[in-house]
Amino acid sequence: MEAIILQILNGLDKGSAYALIALGLTLIFGTLGVVNFAHGALFMIGAFCAVTFSRILTLSHTVVDETKTDFLGNPLKVDVPYLHDLFGQATGDAIIDWAVPLSILFTVPVMMFVGYAMERGLIKHFYNRPHADQILVTFGLAIVLQEVIKYFYGANPIPTPAPQAFAGSFDFGAALGFDPNLIIYPYWRIIYFVFAAVIIGAVFAFLQYTTFGMVVRAGMADRETVGLLGINIDKRFTIMFGLAAAVAGLAGVMYTPINSPNYHMGMDFLVLSFVVVVVGGMGSLPGAVLAGFLLGILESFASMREVLEILPGLNQIIIYLVAIVILLTRPRGLMGRKGVMED
Amino acid sequence: MLGLNKKDLQLMLIVTGLTMLAPFILNPFPESSGMAQFNAGYPDLMQRFVIFGIFAIGFNLLFGLTGYLSFGHAAFLGVGSYGAIWMMKLVTLNVIPAIFMGVIVAGIFSVAVGYICLRRSGIYFSILTLAFAQMSYALAYSVLTPITGGETGLQIKSTDRPLLSNLAEGETGRANLFGMDMRQSFELNVGDWLFTFNAGYYIAAVVMLIAFYISIRIFRSPFGLMLRAIKSNQTRMSYTGLNPRPHTLAAFVISGMYAGLAGGLLVAMDTQVGPERMFWTASGEVVLMTILGGVGTLIGPVLGAGVIKYMENILSKINKDVLHEWFAFMPDGLEDFIVFLVYPFIGKGWHLTLGILFMLVVIFLPGGLVEGGQRIGKWIKNRGKAKDTGGSTEPAE
Repeated sequence: MEAIILQILNGLDKGSAYALIALGLTLIFGTLGVVNFAHGALFMIGAFCAVTFSRILTLSHTVVDETKTDFLGNPLKVDVPYLHDLFGQATGDAIIDWAVPLSILFTVPVMMFVGYAMERGLIKHFYNRPHADQILVTFGLAIVLQEVIKYFYGANPIPTPAPQAFAGSFDFGAALGFDPNLIIYPYWRIIYFVFAAVIIGAVFAFLQYTTFGMVVRAGMADRETVGLLGINIDKRFTIMFGLAAAVAGLAGVMYTPINSPNYHMGMDFLVLSFVVVVVGGMGSLPGAVLAGFLLGILESFASMREVLEILPGLNQIIIYLVAIVILLTRPRGLMGRKGVMED
Repeated sequence: MLGLNKKDLQLMLIVTGLTMLAPFILNPFPESSGMAQFNAGYPDLMQRFVIFGIFAIGFNLLFGLTGYLSFGHAAFLGVGSYGAIWMMKLVTLNVIPAIFMGVIVAGIFSVAVGYICLRRSGIYFSILTLAFAQMSYALAYSVLTPITGGETGLQIKSTDRPLLSNLAEGETGRANLFGMDMRQSFELNVGDWLFTFNAGYYIAAVVMLIAFYISIRIFRSPFGLMLRAIKSNQTRMSYTGLNPRPHTLAAFVISGMYAGLAGGLLVAMDTQVGPERMFWTASGEVVLMTILGGVGTLIGPVLGAGVIKYMENILSKINKDVLHEWFAFMPDGLEDFIVFLVYPFIGKGWHLTLGILFMLVVIFLPGGLVEGGQRIGKWIKNRGKAKDTGGSTEPAE
């Protein structure tokens, strides 16, 4: 029982990341009909937004501290962040400590802009070309973005810690009435899951309960008719692209404390996210979310020791195996709509 | 001749000439000059040109003709490599059985994968092939370590005693063709130039020519026409009473066998394999090669493979010092500025150049470099014509 709960919890954080990326992919696919291979790169750019933001916060100037000396006997030089000058030492340190959550504020506009620029600058020209061309051009774009990030930030992972307040772990076992120390779960992963749930809920609510969302849904169902009604649907779809980019970026920002960002993290996630989207059903938003969590949890179950003793290596291939089985038995995926990408 | 029409025969002869004279053509700069680092005429790189040329030709037979975009083709290359190296470790050090083994193993594997993947098309097919390739990679990396050597891969070791060889005690076997070592080279010094004629390269080149010939024949055959019909309209094809599935599967298997052939040749040249050969980036690379060169054209994939391998090996070697040397004639400030501008695109950043080049090709030249060449050719021709007609305009009747 404890083991099962532990594995479900372990699956949730990876599943949240899959679900968020898959949600963005599906948003883009459902609205614009574009298969976006650069979505993993957007996830990565989001993560590097967090890195950039924490670097901006720690911008500092050197001050000579007369009271202390370094090992050579000279007066000690101390790097003082500008934030200390602005807000005083305690507040400044607190802000720096909370860099990752705060960088959400910085990431959303940046990612919206990146998404907007991508759609207007490049993808717009590919609506009338075959899907293979869309895949190829976004694949090329992903390589370019990845290399640009590598040029500026280097090839090594950059550790970006969570705030001190969330550094520890939560003892789920004790809370649920099991023996203590059986089910231990880091706080940040709980935060990540809650955050993902909030974002997913917000996206669904936005589509379901706002006029803008209603128009977008109408456009997804029948773009031409909506256009004929005198609504500028292209503009709204562009905004949706920006939104999808922001969702991917936020997934990346919050993932940085779990996994130090490096330039190829996007591609690593992208391959899996595509599998998730296909399993969930092309163009189905609930399907993408469901499949994301499902596959995340399945993956963590497959890496249990008991399972690996029977079927070694299962954890490496489980997602692909499930994808193959689903695609062959339920060609539309778990919740795919009729008539979407059925060529 | 050879069942080719005049144009194809011309192409075939040109390719033959180029591959046979490659040691000369790829070494245009004298050894002592500063440009010597652009010379690509060393055996290792030349072998890569032709071997990845074979890989790309095979990929093009699938993607170029049927339009099925496989994102997992490297799996066949890897499987073929493993087959070939086991042949060398256990049976004989002669490369021919090893290469055949690679082709056969990859062929069998691609029948299995193709049978499943080809039930779907479009993006689903791409994802399915990707899933299979990633699975093979993960398995080769972890569970199948007894067969694949895991992370370290497989090499021919001094403890390997192939059945049909008479190695001395403790002697490490070397890949050979009836006693001729693959690494054997004949070096020709002409003045300041050094030309290397490598046995391995010529064997690989001959194999590539055969592969290229077969690909021309497939392009021009009724079978090739059938595959193009699948690309343009599968539904219509099945309405005319033809079942597209066996044809696509055949194309997939042929393409997989080409990949296996490339894998076998790679093993024959450097006698080692690692699982990273099957990673999805390797599959992405062959897609890049084919698109860059020109998908659906005969010579395009070989061209693309050449360009990418050249960039990977030559462009990536240029570092900042070399750049400073080149632009040394400029005033200091300007020199630094130019180096600053150029540096991100070369050396370690060659992937960036590749990505940009690839995007430009996909956006502006869907036919790849071949189409680019044709457009330039046409433009030159038309310009010549425009001059002619411009000089002697005659009044209309």
